[in-house]
Amino acid sequence: MASTATVDAAFLDKDGRPLFHLAEEPHHPEGSSTMLGFWMYLMSDCLIFACLFATYAVLGGNYAAGPGPHDLFDLPLVALNTAMLLFSSITYGFAMLAMEKNRVAATQAWLAITGLFGLAFLGIELYEFAHLIHEGATPMRSGFLSAFFALVGTHGLHVTFGIVWLVTLMAQVAKKGLIPANQRRLMCLSMFWHFLDVVWIGVFTFVYLMGMLR
Amino acid sequence: MSPHPASENSGIWKLIFGRLDWSAIPFHEPILIGTFLAVIVGGIAILGLITKYRLWGMLWRDWFTTVDHKRIGIMYMILGLIMFVRGFADAIMMRLQQAMAFNGSEGYLNAHHYDQIFTAHGVIMIFFVAMPMITGIMNYMVPLQIGARDVSFPFLNNFSFWMTTAGAVITMMSLFVGEFARTGWLAYPPLSGIAYSPGVGVDYYIWGLQVAGVGTLLSGVNLIATIVKMRAPGMTMMKLPIFVWTSLLSNVLIVAAFPVLTAVLALLSLDRYVGTAFFTNDMGGNPMMYVNLIWIWGHPEVYILILPLFGVFSEVTSTFSSKRLFGYSSMVYATVVIAILSYLVWLHHFFTMGSGASVNSFFGITTMVISIPTGAKLFNWLFTMYRGRIRFELPMMWTVAFMLTFVLGGMTGVLLAVPPADFVLHNSLFLIAHFHNVIIGGVLFGLFAAINYWWPKAFGFKLDKTWGVRSFWLWVVGFWVAFMPLYILGLMGVTRRMRVFDDPSLQIWFQIAALGAFMIAGGIACMFIQFAVSIINRDKLRDTTGDPWDGRTLEWSTSSPPPDYNFAFTPVIHDGDAWADMKKRGYQRPTSGYRPIHMPSNTGTGVILGGLSVAFAVGMIWYIWWLAGLSFVGILAVTIGHTFNYKRDFHIPQDVVERTESERTRQLAMQG
Repeated sequence: MASTATVDAAFLDKDGRPLFHLAEEPHHPEGSSTMLGFWMYLMSDCLIFACLFATYAVLGGNYAAGPGPHDLFDLPLVALNTAMLLFSSITYGFAMLAMEKNRVAATQAWLAITGLFGLAFLGIELYEFAHLIHEGATPMRSGFLSAFFALVGTHGLHVTFGIVWLVTLMAQVAKKGLIPANQRRLMCLSMFWHFLDVVWIGVFTFVYLMGMLR
Repeated sequence: MSPHPASENSGIWKLIFGRLDWSAIPFHEPILIGTFLAVIVGGIAILGLITKYRLWGMLWRDWFTTVDHKRIGIMYMILGLIMFVRGFADAIMMRLQQAMAFNGSEGYLNAHHYDQIFTAHGVIMIFFVAMPMITGIMNYMVPLQIGARDVSFPFLNNFSFWMTTAGAVITMMSLFVGEFARTGWLAYPPLSGIAYSPGVGVDYYIWGLQVAGVGTLLSGVNLIATIVKMRAPGMTMMKLPIFVWTSLLSNVLIVAAFPVLTAVLALLSLDRYVGTAFFTNDMGGNPMMYVNLIWIWGHPEVYILILPLFGVFSEVTSTFSSKRLFGYSSMVYATVVIAILSYLVWLHHFFTMGSGASVNSFFGITTMVISIPTGAKLFNWLFTMYRGRIRFELPMMWTVAFMLTFVLGGMTGVLLAVPPADFVLHNSLFLIAHFHNVIIGGVLFGLFAAINYWWPKAFGFKLDKTWGVRSFWLWVVGFWVAFMPLYILGLMGVTRRMRVFDDPSLQIWFQIAALGAFMIAGGIACMFIQFAVSIINRDKLRDTTGDPWDGRTLEWSTSSPPPDYNFAFTPVIHDGDAWADMKKRGYQRPTSGYRPIHMPSNTGTGVILGGLSVAFAVGMIWYIWWLAGLSFVGILAVTIGHTFNYKRDFHIPQDVVERTESERTRQLAMQG
C-alpha cells in the first residue's frame, strides 16, 4: 500500500547506482493484507451460496407431490423479515460512521441495534421454519424443500455467526476501545454483514418472489 | 464389515459411544491387525525416543506452535511423505490382487477390503499427499522468492497446517476403527447415500475432507494475499519468479474451487444425516447434481496440483541451463489461460451420462484447447534448454523425465477428450493409465525435482546423488512398466476397480504392471535411503554459500537454511531473475547497519483447534452427539478466545541479527 513512487526513488543510491537492499525497513502497516484476505474469504463464501442457488435452481421444481411455493410462502412475513435485515445493514453503516468519528458509545449503541435487528430477522425466520415443519413441509419432504431449507438455512446460520461475532467485537471494543486492530475487525464484520444482505436480496428475489410466479 | 446394529446395545452405551462398539475393530482382517500392531509398536517406539531425548519441549516450541512459513512448509512435506507411504501401500496391494485374481482365484483381498483400498488410495494420494506437498513447497519458497519475511497471515498458516493434518488423522483412523468409504474417491451418490452406504465409511470420507478443506482454503487465501501484498520493492507482477506466478494461479483456483467441494459434501451430509432429498433417486432428488458439482471442484483441482510444478520445472530448467527462462510472459499467459480453461471442462468426466451431442462437443473442444497453452509451455522449456549449458543434476533429470512422460499423458488426455472415443474408453484402465501418467509424470516427478532442488536451501546440504540416481531410474522405468500395460488393457475394454477377472489372457499384463509397481517401490526405498545417507553425510554434502546450483531467484541470496527472518535487509528487485542480476552486477552483501526485525509470535491455538476438529469429526462419524456438541463449542470458545490476544508479534533484537549475519559472513569468507 506504500506508494510506489517513493519506493522508486530509493532504487538508486546517491551516485545513481542500483540499490539491492533498503537500509530502513519499508513500513508495512499492520493488518495491511487483512481487507484483501477477508474479501477473498467472502468471495469463496459467495461460491458456497452460488452452489446452493444452483441446487435450488435444479431442484426447486421437484415437489415430489408435496407442497410448492404457492402453498407455503407468506410474502408479507418475508417482506417484514427482509426489512429487518435491510435496516440492520443501515444501522451497521451508522456504527461505522460513528467509528470514523471515534465515538465509542455511539458505535456500541448502533452495533447493539444492528444485533437486535439481526435477532429479529432470525426470530422471524425460525418462526417461518417452525410453521413450515408443523405443516409437514420438512426438509425431507421433497427436493424443492431440501434445497429451500439448505439455502435459506445456510444464510440464517451465517447471520447467527455474524451476531456471535458482533457480540465478541462489542466486548473487545468495550475492553480496548476503537484501536486500529478493532477498527479493522469492525470493517471485516461490516463487509460480512452487507454481504449477507446482498445474498438475502438474491434469496428474496429468486426463492420467494420468483417462487410465487412458478 | 456390516454396520453393527446399534439397537443391540443398551441405551446408556449408545448415549456415550453412539454407534461405536467392539465390532468396529477389524479383528477378522489379519492384514489390518498386523498393520495396526506395527503402527502401535512403531508409535510407542517413536514416542519413547522423543521422551527419552526430552524433545517434547523443542517440538512444541519450535515446530507445533511455529508460525514460521519455512518450518510449516517442512511439516507439510513430512505429512505428505508419511501419507505417501500409506497411499503407496494401497497401490501395491491393488496391483498384487489384480495380478493374482485369475483362473478362479479370489486373490487375497475380499471385496469389502478391496473397495476401501481403491477409495483410500485415491483420496489419500490427492488430498493428503499431493496437496500437502505442493502447499509445503509453496509455503517454503513463495515468501523467500518474493523477498518477504513471512506470509500475510502467519497464525492462519499454522492453523491451516493443523487442519490438513487433522483431516489426515481422521482418514487414517478409519483403517483401524470402523471402515473407509467403498465408493471410489469421489463418492458418487446414490451409492454414497445412507441407503447403500449405511456404515461409517462415507462419514469418515466426508469429515476427513471437510476438515482438511478448511485448511486448504485458508492457506490459499493466505498465499494469494502474500503474493499480492508482500512483494519486495521493485518486484512488479511481470518480474515475479515464474514459480510464484504458477503458485498464485494455483491458489486462485483453490479459493475458487474448494468452496464447491465444501458445499457439495455438506449437501451429501444432509442427505445422510438429516434425510433430505438432494441426491436421492426418489423424492425429487437428483444424483447428477452431485456429479456435476463435484467435478466443478474436481477438474480445477488437478490444475491446482500441476500448476505449481510447472513453475518448479521452469525454475529448474532455467537454473540448470544457466539461462533466462525462454518466453517468460508467454509462460505467464499460458498459466492464466490454463487456470481459466480448467473451469470450462468439468463435463468431460461424464460424457457418457447423457448430456447430448452439443453439450459434449462444447466440453470436448474446451478440453482439447487446454493442450495449446500446455504445449506452449513445453516448447518454452525446450527452447530454454536449447543452446544452454545443461547440467544434469537430479532436479534437471526429473524435469527431462517429466517432459517425456507428461507429453504422452497429455496426448492420451486429448484422445479421451474426443466424446466418441470416450464412449469406448470411459471408466476403463486407459483412463487410469492416463491420469496416473499426468499425475505421476507431472505432479510427483515435479515434487521430486523440487525436493532435490530446494533441499540444500532448507537444510544446508545437498542430497546424495548416487541414491538419487538409483531412485530416479527405478521410478521412471517402473512408471512406464507399471502403466503402459494399463493403456493396453484399457483399449481391450477392461474397466477400472475390478477385483477378479475371468479372461486368463489378461493376466500377463497385470503381472507386468505389478512388476512395475515393485520397481516403483524400489524407487521409493532408494529415495528414503537417499534422505538417510545425505543426513548421515551432511558434513561432506554441506553447502555454505547458500547458492549451490548457481541459482537465479532471491531464495538463493540468503543463507541455507535461511535465518528466521529470511533477509537481514529487505531486498530491492531490478530484474525478473533478481539474484542472477545481483550476481552479474557485483552485488556486495551488507555487513553492518542491522536493525531489529519485526516478526510474528508463535501460538498453540492451531494445534488445539486441529485436535478439537478431530474430536468433532469422531463425534459426527460415530453419532456420539455429546462429543460433537462439546468439541464444536470448544472450537468456538478457543477461536473467540484467540481473538482476545492482541499481542501477536515481537522484535528480533539487533544484536541477534548481527550475530547471525556475522556468522554467515565468516562462513562465506571461509568459502573463499
